[in-house]
Amino acid sequence: MTLILLSLGTLASIGCRDHSPMADSGAEVSTIADAAESVSPDATATISESITSVIMPGPEAQAQAQEALITAEPGDVIEFAAGTFEFVGTLSLDGIAGITIRGQGIDDTILNFTGQRKGSGGEGLMVKADRFTIEDLTIQNTPGDAIKISDSNEVTIRRIRTWWSEGPSEQNGAYGIYPVMCSNVLIEHCVAECASDAGIYVGQTRQTIVRHNRAMRNVAGIEIENTIGADVYENEATNNTGGILVFSLPGLQLKNGSHTRVFKNRLFDNNHPNFAHEGAMVATVPAGTGLMIMANDHVEVFENDIHGNKTANCAVVSFLATQRKFDDPQYDPYPEAIHIHDNRMSDGGKDPQGVFGDIYKQAGKLPMPDIVVDGVLDPAKLVDGKLPDTLAWGIVNNGDATFVNLGLAAMLQGKGAEISDDSGDYAAARDPLAAIVLSGVE
Amino acid sequence: MKMTATAKQNSSLQKLAFTATLAAVLVFGLLGCRQSVPVGDATGDGSSTSESIVAVDADPVPTNESRRTRRAKYLPRLSQYALFDGALANLEPAAGVLPYDVNTPLFSDYAAKHRVVRLPDGVTVAYQPTDVFDFPVGTVLAKTFYYPHDMTQPGQGRRLIETRIMLHQPTGWIGLPYLWNDEQTDAMLSLTGGAVEVKWKHRDGRDRRNTHLVPNFNDCKRCHENQKFEPIGPTAGNLNRDFDYTDGRENQLRRWAEIGLLTGLPDSTQVPRFAVWNDEATGDLNARARAWLDVNCAHCHSPIGPARNSGLHLHVGVAEPYRLGVYKTPVAAGRGTGGRLYDIVPGHPDASILMHRLETDHVGEMMPEIGRSLVDEEGVELIRQWIEAMEPAAVPATSPGSAGI
Repeated sequence: MTLILLSLGTLASIGCRDHSPMADSGAEVSTIADAAESVSPDATATISESITSVIMPGPEAQAQAQEALITAEPGDVIEFAAGTFEFVGTLSLDGIAGITIRGQGIDDTILNFTGQRKGSGGEGLMVKADRFTIEDLTIQNTPGDAIKISDSNEVTIRRIRTWWSEGPSEQNGAYGIYPVMCSNVLIEHCVAECASDAGIYVGQTRQTIVRHNRAMRNVAGIEIENTIGADVYENEATNNTGGILVFSLPGLQLKNGSHTRVFKNRLFDNNHPNFAHEGAMVATVPAGTGLMIMANDHVEVFENDIHGNKTANCAVVSFLATQRKFDDPQYDPYPEAIHIHDNRMSDGGKDPQGVFGDIYKQAGKLPMPDIVVDGVLDPAKLVDGKLPDTLAWGIVNNGDATFVNLGLAAMLQGKGAEISDDSGDYAAARDPLAAIVLSGVE
Repeated sequence: MKMTATAKQNSSLQKLAFTATLAAVLVFGLLGCRQSVPVGDATGDGSSTSESIVAVDADPVPTNESRRTRRAKYLPRLSQYALFDGALANLEPAAGVLPYDVNTPLFSDYAAKHRVVRLPDGVTVAYQPTDVFDFPVGTVLAKTFYYPHDMTQPGQGRRLIETRIMLHQPTGWIGLPYLWNDEQTDAMLSLTGGAVEVKWKHRDGRDRRNTHLVPNFNDCKRCHENQKFEPIGPTAGNLNRDFDYTDGRENQLRRWAEIGLLTGLPDSTQVPRFAVWNDEATGDLNARARAWLDVNCAHCHSPIGPARNSGLHLHVGVAEPYRLGVYKTPVAAGRGTGGRLYDIVPGHPDASILMHRLETDHVGEMMPEIGRSLVDEEGVELIRQWIEAMEPAAVPATSPGSAGI
């Protein structure tokens, strides 16, 4: 076939198949496309055919992978062969939509960043590109975040493992899987381990599904922060400091997170000592936290199995509980419209840690109840001393789960904590939140 | 000689070079995958660019090397831009090419920088007081990084490391890294960047070495791309300084206006002037520190920059202490907190995360994240003094302390 005979317009529209090596030396690079695949001479073709670039392990892999990412065109696949790749700098994709990065499997393709150089960023993979997919590989030992994806719409992260192979350490990077300021994000069938902040962290993002993942030995297993619209379901989080966190922090672009559903997860034995650097917000999370909601609104927690978390199986607190300063008038530090129902909780609170643990232990009763609230409400929103129906909490039908209100509001006013097991203010069920719907995702 | 005259005299050559560049981009862009002759095989000077395009057009043999084609959208050699006269390493600006400098530069591991700009013939730039000038399509900015062999004796020669080209195309700006060859005869496009071992005698007389990292094509965007890719340095405030032209010392903006490049330049008293970070004569401590933070940090830490997720905004116009980091908790700092609680604790640099970020050279903790691997010792000292001198601001909403939950 003679490409030169085709019109420029056709060439532009159909793109081309690359069977060629990516680097001039080329010895270690091939493509999976074979000679039988060729560009159709059909001038009416409108769908671009993509290039699949296969990167092999070896000293040229960094430059070859990066060049493939720089020169990619929409629809391309960058495929890593089986084996371990040693990278000395961040790999990045910027501004090219529709790219897929793929390995040969979570155990077979390892991108290792142990030797990353100073001044090269710290992340393993940095992405800013719409319709991005990454699947079937492991990223390990990044000085910073393993996979950071920002400002991107339609992101799929599937069957990825991120971890630090030496085990939990404050020297590990902050986040494993880290979409931030994105929209329409799917994270599924991933494994995240040993992050010094969160294994899976979704920040300042709209419309997310996090499902069928496992998070172990992180400070936070899965964290949904300042995010609007998240479904977090059928994940397993164990041996983290905190299993799942749903937080809103002050001072950020997307101010107040809301509308998160956490359901059908298994959160057990999240008792790992906290190894976050002091100063990081997760450094304040006490070891033994199953699920913690902080300052988020419209959170529905249901049908989870939460057990064996030694501080509390489930805690809901205001940002004021951190006793950190903030100066952000648009930030709402109070959790509202929290709905916790139909969960199974057991064997929690046996050795409660942190300030809450201290408060409760001083009361002379153990274990700490399954569901712990700090009892700090926004006085400006109260009607007759209670939250209005639109913001009221429902804590109902949680089987044998026990409850405590730590009465921190009184403590913040300089009085003693007013601990109470009265959950009467939270007794009305709320309407369910809507499911998150992502295009093309069942 | 006056730039005006030379710019006119050489406009045809200049136009040719630009046209060739543009043509290369357009032709290769349209051709998509069909060509196989990389421009990199051309011989090197500006005229050969057009020859190579002809060669490509005439090439009847498709080889399916679309990856090479994609790479070949860009000129492979610095010399092809025809920015310099004579031996390239002398960086002698060609006619119509203006050298310039900025008041406060980005710290880049002590590398020295040589900057030039070339505008298409016959166009002008409208003055604006705060934003980067809106340079027209066709503008080329070139910044060459080099190390003098001996910083105490600049006359002892230098080694050119890389030249970063910013090119304003019809589709927007792009940034391209060119790596100088060992012979110092030309610099070659290196889309994937590189690492160069450098050594020099430092200002204190000691020998220093470093691995100088040349950014890759995407790295360029990490600093230059806010909502769109654009230059960072050439603002009125940062250009408002004198420059030693071949025909005498003169204010850069005035010169630009005189030769007809810049329109609407107001009276000099109306033009902002960035402090020179290390020159006390140009501004007080606050002005110099803020200029340093603006140049080194604000390309990311702004409401539209890549680090906007942090909520920390360090551009020179920010007045709110909390936005600047005063008693602000970090978000995604990870171990970058250095074990500290707030970005800035007024009066206490050693309790401020900002200081740790600047003082460390650990990857994953250091700031800026890319572009440096050494600590800017003098810059860090400036920021230390600034935080030390800072009055405790209005105490924020919650009480001090951080006992945690």
